[in-house]
Amino acid sequence: MTALAALLLRDMRLAVRVGGGALMGVLFFLLVVTMVPFGVGPDLKLLARIGPAILWIGALLATLLGLDRLLAADHDDGSLDLILMGHAPLELAVAAKALAHWLTTGLPLVIAAPLFGIFLNIDGSAIGIVALTLLVGTPALTFIGLIGAALAVALERGGLLLPVLVLPLTVPVLIFGIAAGDAAILNAAPFGAPFLILIALTLTSVVIGPVAAAAVLRHGLD
Amino acid sequence: MEWIALANPSRFLALAERLLPWLAAATALAFAAGLYAAFFVAPEDYQQGATVRIIFIHVPGAWLGMLGWAIMSVAALGTLVWRHPLADVALKTAAPIGAAFTFVCLVTGALWGRPMWGTYWVWDARLTSVLVLFLMYLGLIALWRAIEDPARAARAAAVLTLVGAVNLPIIKFSVDWWSTLHQPASVFRVGGSTIHPAILAPLLVMALAFTLLFATLYVSAMRNEILRRRVRTLRLLQVHAAQGA
Amino acid sequence: MRLSGSELECVRGGKRVFANIGFAVGAGEALLLLGPNGAGKSSLLRMVAGLLRPAAGSLELAGANCDRSLAEQAHYLGHLDPLKSSLSVGENLRFWTRFLGGGRGEGPDEALRVVGLERVGDLPAGYLSAGQRRRLSIARLVAVERPIWLLDEPASVLDADGQALLGEVMRRHLAADGLILAATHAPLGLDPARELRLGAVLP
Repeated sequence: MTALAALLLRDMRLAVRVGGGALMGVLFFLLVVTMVPFGVGPDLKLLARIGPAILWIGALLATLLGLDRLLAADHDDGSLDLILMGHAPLELAVAAKALAHWLTTGLPLVIAAPLFGIFLNIDGSAIGIVALTLLVGTPALTFIGLIGAALAVALERGGLLLPVLVLPLTVPVLIFGIAAGDAAILNAAPFGAPFLILIALTLTSVVIGPVAAAAVLRHGLD
Repeated sequence: MEWIALANPSRFLALAERLLPWLAAATALAFAAGLYAAFFVAPEDYQQGATVRIIFIHVPGAWLGMLGWAIMSVAALGTLVWRHPLADVALKTAAPIGAAFTFVCLVTGALWGRPMWGTYWVWDARLTSVLVLFLMYLGLIALWRAIEDPARAARAAAVLTLVGAVNLPIIKFSVDWWSTLHQPASVFRVGGSTIHPAILAPLLVMALAFTLLFATLYVSAMRNEILRRRVRTLRLLQVHAAQGA
Repeated sequence: MRLSGSELECVRGGKRVFANIGFAVGAGEALLLLGPNGAGKSSLLRMVAGLLRPAAGSLELAGANCDRSLAEQAHYLGHLDPLKSSLSVGENLRFWTRFLGGGRGEGPDEALRVVGLERVGDLPAGYLSAGQRRRLSIARLVAVERPIWLLDEPASVLDADGQALLGEVMRRHLAADGLILAATHAPLGLDPARELRLGAVLP
């Protein structure tokens, strides 16, 4: 347990130090939110309607774009070798790394989302609900992305390959995350069902992600 | 001749020590005068009521936000052309201060917008341009944070600053065009000549106060940065000293 | 404790690097892997470390803690120094001590003293020279006790002082009934060391 706590702490420290990406995700998120109105026009009614979708897509991209270095950085300096040789099971070790990434990238996105909702003219209660769906849904994005991060190690150069591999896998999360948000905002559909499915998706990916990532890393032993 | 002497970091430190108390005092005085004028001298707007007073913070914030980038551009030239370490320091320390003033402008704009437009944010041409400026500041700060070696970071940041300086007018023009494409006229117009003198005088005093505040913060930030770099150099020397041991 | 390998075969990129390699090392013994570049010295070490799967053959560890796998009882010192430049020297070492450790060993503070880096403990690891980075990696072996040391060209970037220090640390490890497998070109100053020669590429 101390080993995993140590790994979690180290990754969080790295994220906030020089060269770390802790607030980069939030900045990218803000840029996505800013760029969309330039594309669709500053019509506040329209923005309010598509606001939850913009926040979700922004969060999705901000989560995935930083993930390709999650394991590759440790591979490049030999840390991954030692992580493989540790007492902690590899599945839990990569899960700890993913959790550290979510705490330093995903959670700030969730916290920033209500603020950025102001730009999109989403009103008070609706913004709370969108933030709630993001809080529940973004861990799924990180842990699904973890599989891509492991593939990026085996393939030497990750880069844009990771989103290409991972984005299709995140489709269900996106669908139910936005469905839950819309249901609450428009009062058109029940909120409970999509929200519970979103929770289920997150719990599933928290299990599948680390197992698959560890399998990829073990298989790619070289 | 004196300017060249100033470019020596040690001389700058000595000057900063002497200058800072005066600058701080002048800032406090200007703010006292400006805030008094803003609250008690300036009349309320017949439409906007007391809300109009927010422009005494909003407008100087915007000016200083833009001035910050202008200062950085000059410093960037110093970094790239003369490769002077003090220019690096001037370039780096202006970014967070400029970003802070830009942020003040954005927040006050949003607070003003709430009673005026019924919403905190409207994609008004002016506000949107300021938002883009703010984002560029944040990008520049992120760049500084991404590179540990200050000399290397300075050259990268200098290029980005100059590219930004060239692009800012283009961005401003584009945003104006984009905005008029979508909405006929901007709600918030403070054209120079239409301002009533009773508003203009406090505004100018506040602008002076903000400029002095900027200068105070800037000089002390530069002093801190020079000291921080000396600490870094000492630590590097410590590592080399340990090499022999 | 006895570590042995028999009929090991390594295939990389479809090409056979070595085959039918066997060795045995007992407690307190060092085995030097010698041979030209490309003979598979590093591959053999990574195989023992569990980082490379043997195409054939088997590795066996007798008379050791049965709860732990071979890889979990081994220290691997590779070409790369697994350090993060934005963390301090002490933070790097404390992390690996906590991550790899089962609580036994000298601990990070004492280990830093052993390798002569105690005065730079709170400076960023990015400030270190190549030799100092290697010393910090060696500190890891001292900080956490693991019986098997797998060293891949451990002396490559070290100066004379550093090599003396490495020899001292290795001799102490052997005296404490540890065992060492080292791939090397340079003599490591281990007197009673056995050698395993890996040949050129097999047909």
